This record gives sequence, C-alpha cells and structure tokens, in this order.
Amino acid sequence: MTNTTDPAPGTPLLQVEDLRVEFRMRGSTVNAVNGLSYTLAEGETLAILGESGSGKSVSAQAVMGILDTPPAYVTGGAVRFRGTELLGLPEKKRRTYRGAHIAMIFQDALSALNPVHRVGDQIAEMLLVHRGMSRGDARKRAIELMERVRIPSAGSRANDYPHQFSGGMRQRVMIAMALALEPDVLIADEPTTALDVTVQAQIMKLLRDLQDEMAMGLILITHDLGVVADVADRIVVMYAGRVVEQAEVRELYARPAHPYTEGLLASVPRVDVRDRALTPIKGSPPNLAAIPSGCPFHPRCPRAREERCPDEVPALRDVTGTGHGSACHYAEEVLGG
Amino acid sequence: MWRFVLRRLLQMVPVLIGTTFLIYVAVFALPGDPIRALGGDKPMPPSVYEALRHHYHLDEPLITQYGRYLLGLARGDFGETLNGQSVASLMATGWTVTVQLALTAWIFELVVGIALGVLAGLRKGGIIDSLVLSGTTFIIAIPAFVLAYSAQLIFGLKLGWFPTAGTDDGWPYSYLLPGVILGSLSLAYIARLTRTSLVENMRADYVRTALAKGLPRRRIILRHTLRNSLIPVVTYLGVDLGNLLAGAIVIEGIFNLPGIGQQIFQAVQIKDGPTVVGISTFLVLIFLLANLVVDILYGALDPRIRYE
Amino acid sequence: MSEPITTTDTLAVAQTGSEVSGASASLWSDAWRALRRRVVFWLSVAILLFMGLLAVFPSLFTDRGVNDRCDVRFAKHTPSSWNPFGAGGHPFGFDTHGCDYWAQIVHGARAPMIVGFVVTGIALTLSITLGSLSGYFGRWLDALISRITDIFFGLPLVLGALVILTAFPDHGVWTMSLVLGVLWWPTMTRLMRGQVLSVRDADYVQAARMLGAGDLRIMVRHILPNAVAPVFVYAMLNVGVVIGYEATLDYLGVGLQYPTVSWGLQLSQAQDVFTDHPYLLIYPAVLLTATVLSFLLLGDAVRDALDPKLR
Repeated sequence: MTNTTDPAPGTPLLQVEDLRVEFRMRGSTVNAVNGLSYTLAEGETLAILGESGSGKSVSAQAVMGILDTPPAYVTGGAVRFRGTELLGLPEKKRRTYRGAHIAMIFQDALSALNPVHRVGDQIAEMLLVHRGMSRGDARKRAIELMERVRIPSAGSRANDYPHQFSGGMRQRVMIAMALALEPDVLIADEPTTALDVTVQAQIMKLLRDLQDEMAMGLILITHDLGVVADVADRIVVMYAGRVVEQAEVRELYARPAHPYTEGLLASVPRVDVRDRALTPIKGSPPNLAAIPSGCPFHPRCPRAREERCPDEVPALRDVTGTGHGSACHYAEEVLGG
Repeated sequence: MWRFVLRRLLQMVPVLIGTTFLIYVAVFALPGDPIRALGGDKPMPPSVYEALRHHYHLDEPLITQYGRYLLGLARGDFGETLNGQSVASLMATGWTVTVQLALTAWIFELVVGIALGVLAGLRKGGIIDSLVLSGTTFIIAIPAFVLAYSAQLIFGLKLGWFPTAGTDDGWPYSYLLPGVILGSLSLAYIARLTRTSLVENMRADYVRTALAKGLPRRRIILRHTLRNSLIPVVTYLGVDLGNLLAGAIVIEGIFNLPGIGQQIFQAVQIKDGPTVVGISTFLVLIFLLANLVVDILYGALDPRIRYE
Repeated sequence: MSEPITTTDTLAVAQTGSEVSGASASLWSDAWRALRRRVVFWLSVAILLFMGLLAVFPSLFTDRGVNDRCDVRFAKHTPSSWNPFGAGGHPFGFDTHGCDYWAQIVHGARAPMIVGFVVTGIALTLSITLGSLSGYFGRWLDALISRITDIFFGLPLVLGALVILTAFPDHGVWTMSLVLGVLWWPTMTRLMRGQVLSVRDADYVQAARMLGAGDLRIMVRHILPNAVAPVFVYAMLNVGVVIGYEATLDYLGVGLQYPTVSWGLQLSQAQDVFTDHPYLLIYPAVLLTATVLSFLLLGDAVRDALDPKLR
C-alpha cells in the first residue's frame, strides 16, 4: 500500500502486545483478554487456539477495532500494524485500515451478511467506499472476486441474496468480500465451524491457496486442533484471555509444554495412534468474572502443585531456547513427559 | 408476484363479505324505525311509509337484503342514503376532507416518528432515548380527544396559532392541528417500533461485518441498519391505516371537519343504516387494500420473503 | 457478539431446552429479580393499587355515594384553590350537575377498571383457546380460525363498537365489556398463534411427543407455559388501552350513561364547558391518564424483565 510509510526492516506485519479487554456489565466486570501478546510475520499463518470464553474472538475484534463499546473496553496494550500503533488512532483514520489492510471473516456467514442487499453489491461496497470506484467497475471487480473464490456462474449469482446461497458458498462470498482490497492481514474467526466437514476442507484449502497467491498474513481463530494442523505455521494457545503456549505447529504437536495443551491433544481422537483412550480435561472453562488466582488453569491442572500454582502467575517464557513459549511453572516437566 | 396479488385479492373477498355482513347485521339490529323518523313530527301516510319501506327493501328478510346489497356492491354501488342521495356521492364530498386530514397525519407521524425513533435508538439509554420513551408512553396513555381539546385550548384559543374548527383555511393550515393530534398515537408507536428495531439491528452480526469492512458510521446506519429496521415499521403502516380511520371519527367531530368520519358518526346517530353500511364497507375495503400494498412492500424490502 | 454474553445465552437456551417447567419457573423468578430493582415498576404498582382502592372501596375516600347530595346551585363551582389539600371540603369543586367532583371522580374509577379487566379477560380467554387450537392443530382448523380472525380484524374497532353499541338498548358496564371483549380478541389471537407456532416444533416438544405424550398433555405441559408469557404481557398493557377506549366511547356518546359515573363520562360532560372550567377536564384526565400510563409502564417493565435480550 502506498499510504503507509515503509516500516523499518524486521518490523513484524502485526504485533499485539499486552492487550487487555474487559466487559463492564451491571455489577460485574468480565476480564476477557488479560495481557495477550503475539506477532504475525509477512505471509505467515498463525492459529489462535482456545475454548469458547478463552478470549480469542474478543481479542480479534479488539485488533480490528470493532468491539461493542459498551460493554467491551480495551483497557491496555498495543496493536501495531507494520509499526503503526492502531489503538490510539482516531476512528476516522482507524477505519481506513479495516478492510484495506486488515480484513476479517466470521463464523456464521448467513448472519454476517446483510440479508437485504445483493451479495454482489455487498462486495462492491468495499471498492465504492475505499477506492471510490464507479458502480459499474466495482460490480465487474466484485464478479471477478467471486470467480476467484470459485463461486460458479458468478456473473448471475452476484444478483442473489445471501439466503439463496449454501453455507459453503456464503463463506466464499465473505472471503471474496474480505479480499476485495487485497488486505495484508486476514483474520478468520472460526471460518469453518458452521460448515459440513467436506465443505470445511474446501474452504480451508481455498484460504490456503488465496494466502499463497496474495502473500498475506493469516490469523486463524479456532477451537479445533484438526483444522489447524496442516494449515498453520505457528500456534498460539489461549486460556482465560492469556497465551499459555506458543510454538511451531510440529513442535507443539510433538512436544506440548503446557498441561492445558497436553490436555487438548489428549482429548482429540487421532487416526495414527490406535486404541488410545481419550482423556477429557476435567472441570469447566474459567468464569471470566472471577479468574482463579495464580495460574488460571491450576484448578483443572493434573500437574498443579500447592506451593506455586495457586499464588504465582506464571509468565510466558521460552522453554527450549528455540522460541517455544510456555506459561507453566513446570514446563520442563511437561516437556519431559 | 402477480399470482400472489391475485390470490390475495381473491382471499379478500370472503373477508370483505364477512366483515360487511357483521356490520350489516349490527346496523339492522339498530333499535327504532328510521323510516318513521324520516317523517319528523308529522305522521307519515301508511301508503308512503310502505312505499319507502319497500324502496329500501326493509320489508324483505335480512339475508335477501344483504344479498341485494352485495350484488349492488359488485357493480360498484354502495347503496342509497335515507335522503335519497347515493352513498358514493356523499362519500365523495367527505372523502376529500378525510384524505387531506389523514395525509397530514400520515406525513407527520412517519417523518417525525421515524426521526425520533432513530435518534432514540442510536443512543440507547441516553437522554433523547429516555425523553422519547417517556413522551411516547404519555401520548399512548392520553385519550386522543383529551389531547385534541387541550391542543384546541392552548394552540387555538390561547395562542391563536391555528384555526380550531372547520376547513376554511384550506390545506395545510386548517388540517395542521387536527392532523398532528390524529397522527400522534401512531407517531408514538412508530417511534417506539423504529427505536426497538434499530437497537436490535445495531447488534446484528451484519453490522459487525460492515464495521470490519471499514465503512463510515453514517453509511452503516443509513444503508445497512436503517433499511433493515424499517421493515417492521412498514408492516405497521397497514394496521395504522385502521387507527387513522377510526381516529378520524373522533378528531373530525372535535375540529368540525366534514369528512367521512363525521358522516358515519352522524349516520349512526340518525340510524341511517344504508349510509353506515356503505361507508363502513368502503373503509374496510381501503383497509384491506392497504394491507395488501403493505405485504407487497414488505416483500420488496425484505428479499427473504417470497410470494407463494 | 461478545463471548461472555454468548456463553450465558447458550446456557440459558440449554436450560430452556432441557427442563421445561423448571425453565419457565426460573424465567419468572429471574424476571422478578430484575423487576424488584426498577423504580418504574414500583411506581406503577403503587398508582394502580391506589386506583384499585378507589374502585373497590370508594367509601374510604368519600362519604358521599354516587350522584349523592348534588345541588345545581353549586354547578361548576371552581375549587377554591388549585391545591386539592388546601381547598377545604370540596377539593375538586363541583361538576356540571353540582355534585362534589372529588366524590364523583372517586366513584368514577370503578367502571373503567371493570371494563378494562373484563374485556381483557374475555379477549385473553378467547385468544389463548383459539390461538392454541389454530397454532397447534394447523390445517383446516387453522385456516378457519385465521379467516374468522381476519374478518374481525378488518373491522376498525371504534367503528365496530360504535355500530354495535348503538344497537344495544342498555349501555351498562357489563354490556360494554361484552361488546368490546367480543371485538378485542383478533390481535391477541394472532399473537398467541404465532407463539404456539414458534414453540410447537421445538426439540423438547418433539421429544415429549416421541415419549408418547398426548396432544392435551403436550399443549398444557409443554406449549402453553412457553408460549403464554408475551400474551400475558400484552394483556397487561391491554387493560390500559381498553380503559382509554372506554373513555373514548363514553365521549362519543355510545358508552356508559347516567346514572353510571366514569372518568370517560366526566370528560365527555366537560367538553362543552372546559374552556371556561378547565378543571372539569383536567382532574378526570389526570386520573385516567395516570391509570392507563401505569398499566403501560407495568407491562413494559415486565416485558423487559422477561426478555433478557432487552436488559
């Protein structure tokens, strides 16, 4: 893009630092994101993994700047896009980043698309507003985009309304819309959760192909370990609004360094290991209005010890010397098995 | 689409027949003898009395009378008043007044109602929102005729801003005060409906998408939220026409506007059955047609609705 | 939407789906907990209790009976002060017939209250019955009931009431309630039908059916408790709306008649003289409006409390 100054070499594409988001409700405050940090390099695919309530979607909305305020407030931290701090920007300036540099697609494409506008118009709207294109040109470009995400007979389908599409095709429309301005970062918030398994695979393949073609950074938010395994470069695991572990995909699958990740892996069936008993993580996700003291995972943790875990918040640290981060006091033990 | 309209028009026929029959039965159950009342104080010669009864078919059983009326209606004949005037020509004189009144009310309630609803809905829980909510509740709670009298007293007599009766000043001046009062109840409903629906739509997922697309707030509200929010308001407009017509009966009396409402009210009082039935049928017809138009409009606004 | 909210919402939905009677019980107790904190709720309850006392025990507020000790010589005597507490024995002055206006207004509460509740009661009974039958059984029964509803819906209420009430020789409280009640049910029936339709195909109803529950049991145990809440809320608002209509019909001259006293009748009598004696219009108007307003606000508050989305 021409309207941003070239950042210093080595500056990450997107950098999130110590991000905090809280929900102020009548009588209680819910801490949804509690000091989240991660970076995304150019062309990289980062998976953010967590259960519902781990703060993964809320943090993505905070990065986009589309939180519902009230009740949600960003209370601290930084979001830098190629070195430019976004959180302090006035809304007028901030808006020009949305869609143009950082785009987002959502889980439920049916409700995420406006029911009363034709899909072609909804895609073309990006070009009308951000690029000042003429109606005719924008429409032509919208049809090209629909072809690019492999929607058959795009020319005529551009005149259809969202409810006339199948779930998979709707998600393709969402993707076409998000890619209209060739963004540098695409945030996909559980893009395949609402879809059938076969369609899921198609959409994931499409996302990967498009990412290669356009050389953009992709943040894939999911609760599904299976989805990320062969798509992501790196994984960030979130728990109670914090990063508990981050590593390269293979490394994380092979050698989890946090009991929570360990638990997640143990609760997913694997085809390659036969006759393995599935062990679910005991307990339920933390109540974000009253996050447990010390390590937030300790009430559910099989490795928790009385002396440190209930009192001392573990920091995320490099436990292997190769960038494998874990926020567990006993990470080395976990690594050792 | 045309098949839908045709089917709806056909469906209207039994409803129209049923409703007019209800009115017909009620009107002909009216106590007293309208024909004898026509003669005034002088006793009417029996031959004239019988001739008149025969002329209005009052000597026939109710069901034949009604059948005869329906046949006339099918030919566009709304019947004949007890004065010998055709109901259609009577309505023609009153109609212009009522249309001007209803139109004034309609423009007022629609423009001001939607504007208030949007202002309130954009800042839910704010000062404007609280004012609109409490103000509209008040308007709904006060009977229209009390509102009309107060307005007449304050804006007409005390301040002298508006004429309080009659149509001498023509449209719009003569119709402003009664129009505003007539429209105020619907205004309250429209404002509340717009507000609720806007608040709901602002929370919709597609608004988050529009934000993520980097659209300016104004465009999100105008092109995305408002369009969706107005769908229930449009459906309300059909019901609203019934409110306006009923309200006209009260308001035209107070402001002495010689419209359809006053004609029907006077006809009920002098037990002029044919006039009551004729005008009522016409009003019901308008009401049904308006609801058909609303249904068509609804489909135009919401592509998810399909005419089947 | 934000994650904490969605999780609580899904919890709530899960609860509604799993245990029906428990869910509706907790729906009402949740609503009560939300209501208890609202000033508007207590204010409207207080006003309605006061109006209810006026209607049931008028002797607590005045020693005069209906149209008692009236003297035309006092007709339209303005109260000696606008402050009713400083105006001596006749705080509201005298009406056009020379009756003590305060006493007449106290007695004027009963008729509108009775009409309001009876009409709503009739309409509620009709609409719950017809709406459930129509929504639950569908097919020809639904078609029949819906067409009859359409016919009554096509008749503007004021017009219908005007014509029918003129036909009745007697314009007592009960006649009026009956006539209005018979005209009032279409809107509520449509509402009820829609509610039943939306609950009918819910998973827990299907489950009950598969477990062999009969139609009656499914309707009474599973559908009604979940469908009826919005209809009840509407009915609560509706009492106020009926009272407003009753006053309008009194005003049009087809409503209640002397010797009955009611606020609407008092407003009607005030119409010719209110420019010179505005208090004749103002006092009954204030009481009437306060009553209608309280019903509306009460209904609003209960609806908000029942619908967690609006909280």
